[in-house]
Amino acid sequence: MSQCGRMKRSEQNKLIWRKRFVGTTAVRSVHFSYVPDTPDPKHGSTTRMNLFQSITSALDVCLGKDPTAVIFGEDVAFGGVFRCTVGLRDKYGEARVFNSPLSEQGIVAFGIGMAIAGSTAIAEIQFADYIFPAFDQLRNEAAMFRYRTGNQFDCGRLTVRAPCMAVGHGALYHSQSVEAFFGHCPGLKVVIPRGPIQAKGLLLSCIRDENPCIFFEPKILYRAAIEEVPTGDYELPLSKASVLLEGSDVTLIGWGTQVHVLREVAAMAQDKLNVSCELIDLCTILPWDKDTVLASAAKTGRVLISHEAPVTMGFGAELAATIQSECFLNLEAPIERVCGYDTPFPHVFEPFYMPDKWRCLEAVKRLVNF
Amino acid sequence: MYCLARALNLIATNGTRFNVQKVAACGIHHTFAQQGSQSTARYEDKPEFPGSRSRYVHKLEFLDPDSQEGIPVYRVLNREGTIIDESQDPKLSRAIVEKMYHDMTLLNTMDRVLYESQRQGRISFYMTNYGEEGTHVGSAAALDSKDLIFGQYREAGVLMWRGYTLDQFMNQCYGNQNDLGKGRQMPVHYGSRDLNFVTISSPLATQMPQASGAAYALKLQQKGLVAICFFGEGAASEGDAHAALNFAAVLDCPIIFFCRNNGYAISTPTKDQYRGDGIAARGRGYGIPTVRVDGNDVFAVYNATKAARDICLTQNRPVLIEAMTYRIGHHSTSDDSSAYRSVDEVSYWDQQDNPITRLRHFMVLQKWWNDDAEQNWKMESRKMVMKAFAEAEGRKKPSPDSMFHDVYTDMHPSLKEQMQAMKKHVTEHKEHYPLEQYDKMT
Repeated sequence: MSQCGRMKRSEQNKLIWRKRFVGTTAVRSVHFSYVPDTPDPKHGSTTRMNLFQSITSALDVCLGKDPTAVIFGEDVAFGGVFRCTVGLRDKYGEARVFNSPLSEQGIVAFGIGMAIAGSTAIAEIQFADYIFPAFDQLRNEAAMFRYRTGNQFDCGRLTVRAPCMAVGHGALYHSQSVEAFFGHCPGLKVVIPRGPIQAKGLLLSCIRDENPCIFFEPKILYRAAIEEVPTGDYELPLSKASVLLEGSDVTLIGWGTQVHVLREVAAMAQDKLNVSCELIDLCTILPWDKDTVLASAAKTGRVLISHEAPVTMGFGAELAATIQSECFLNLEAPIERVCGYDTPFPHVFEPFYMPDKWRCLEAVKRLVNF
Repeated sequence: MYCLARALNLIATNGTRFNVQKVAACGIHHTFAQQGSQSTARYEDKPEFPGSRSRYVHKLEFLDPDSQEGIPVYRVLNREGTIIDESQDPKLSRAIVEKMYHDMTLLNTMDRVLYESQRQGRISFYMTNYGEEGTHVGSAAALDSKDLIFGQYREAGVLMWRGYTLDQFMNQCYGNQNDLGKGRQMPVHYGSRDLNFVTISSPLATQMPQASGAAYALKLQQKGLVAICFFGEGAASEGDAHAALNFAAVLDCPIIFFCRNNGYAISTPTKDQYRGDGIAARGRGYGIPTVRVDGNDVFAVYNATKAARDICLTQNRPVLIEAMTYRIGHHSTSDDSSAYRSVDEVSYWDQQDNPITRLRHFMVLQKWWNDDAEQNWKMESRKMVMKAFAEAEGRKKPSPDSMFHDVYTDMHPSLKEQMQAMKKHVTEHKEHYPLEQYDKMT
């Protein structure tokens, strides 16, 4: 019976995914186009995965190798509302992949406690929008644990995963980019991938890093981003930005979904304005990779920072202030920030709210014409 | 938190629809429908709702908590130090009972010295344990020394029982270079990895769901250990307390929740804190075995904790103990409690119902203790405290650059830059900084 149920379920899944995928692309126009990354041959054989599958793959690798590792959160047992934990409970048992009661402060604190007692705790917050009930636990507890105990205790084995960013129609509470709130919390690491290869490698690094990490997954990429992902175990370094395109006139900095918007902006700038853009994916928000960013800013002298979160006190402000103070003599124009507006994230107005490629291209024009 | 996505069908598989299809595929849905049509009446006798297990009633009646008697207070020793019911005598050895008494009184002596030292401006802050010493040593004595302890801040006696030295207490309060916490936290924020006592932090109740998580990990490790979590009745009003109790029950965590109900949260009396029957009455709501004990009766606390530990380990579930007591001292050195309660009320508890006095009565009745012993121990303990105090005061504080360590495992380049900038600045302007009190910068 159960085996029959499992087979049926996987067939059902495939059917549903196919329908959903076709359905969504038909009704929803995505505000970017995804360009697949190329896997590093060093990381071995690959298979086609979307972002949620690469997350599952990372979790699978981790649970397989680390007998202390557990995954928990709201609705993770049946596979998660975004399918990121499908099959893991069957494979590793209900003691290691389990539902928690519906309480974010409880989830994060439970993970801190497990980490203190020596387990690898991978907690899921269903949407980044709902991480705020756990803000106290993340900011006052997780971030400061090692410091305040004089390194006697730590919760470095804690990783918190949460879907983030815009999804087309998520409105106020299914769209938020909350990274800047956590960028102000010494002791935490905050990481955001741009695609499946990166998601798996960075997530494995987060899980194994000896510091508490928050891993934000751009939910619009769960199905939209598909590429060849190494099936085995590999890690990508934290606090290391990636230069995705080299250029000489303008530096474009983004993370998560916005990297793909900026990639199109770079192409448009080349076509329409004959401007050469250097594209940087920051990857890690905290502690961020100053060297890569400053080297690029010093080279091009013009910088555009773009994120979905509201502009005021967004993480772009931190980048702009640092670039300004470190590259003052190199800057040829004021640093541009193209971000969400200082409003809550709206439902029907999403197309006008987003820092889309047209707004970014205008900013590039301002930078080169200054 | 309510998640609209489950109903909205964002980009994920819609949970609801998926479930229905899955059920249909397994044939369960079909069977269910059949049963329903065959014997509808059968279901009317017993509710089938997934969210509860109970029966139907046909008269409207609200459960009124005010009509129920409060949960009784378990007691072993009366105020004169006599065992009330011999079957409840824990029959502790003289050595154990003497250690209990020594630790309670030594803590009391240390409290007096450190409280005074704060009044004199020698340490910045202090919180005494007056009146609650019995809850500390009674519970600590019933634990395995490897059980993991999570505290609030008024549990110094637990640490003392485990062997935290006077030196270590004093070093932490002074934040000197021997402090295990490296001088980073306020006084009384003790912790010890060696003694399995997780370092105290100020935010109330945050340790509670952490303790549940730790207990879950201990269960997976199968070492026969439990977690214990201390908290006050005020902290129990925090959301984290709710999360902790619910998670522990649902996830079958071997944890003892130990509530010190001392009547006040700073100035707030319990009548402004809750309207139910204290904290213990909440245990049932979470499905947690619960007991209320006399917190001024060290044997009652011991028995309850020992039995709770057994329940945790044999049944893999949490237990809640509410120890009724009274906060005899001020909330902290930043508080003058006469602003909100009478001196008479305080002296009643200090003189008439005090855990130390009660245990002394017991020991005198056993002929294990007398006035001479009391006099000698008073002098000896005071001498020990004063010695540790003077030594801690004489030690330098840690090097200022240790301020930058342990934020992360490795200091990232930006933080290193900030450390270098601080050192350069302080070196250039040393006349404005109290460098002589600190260990040398590296």
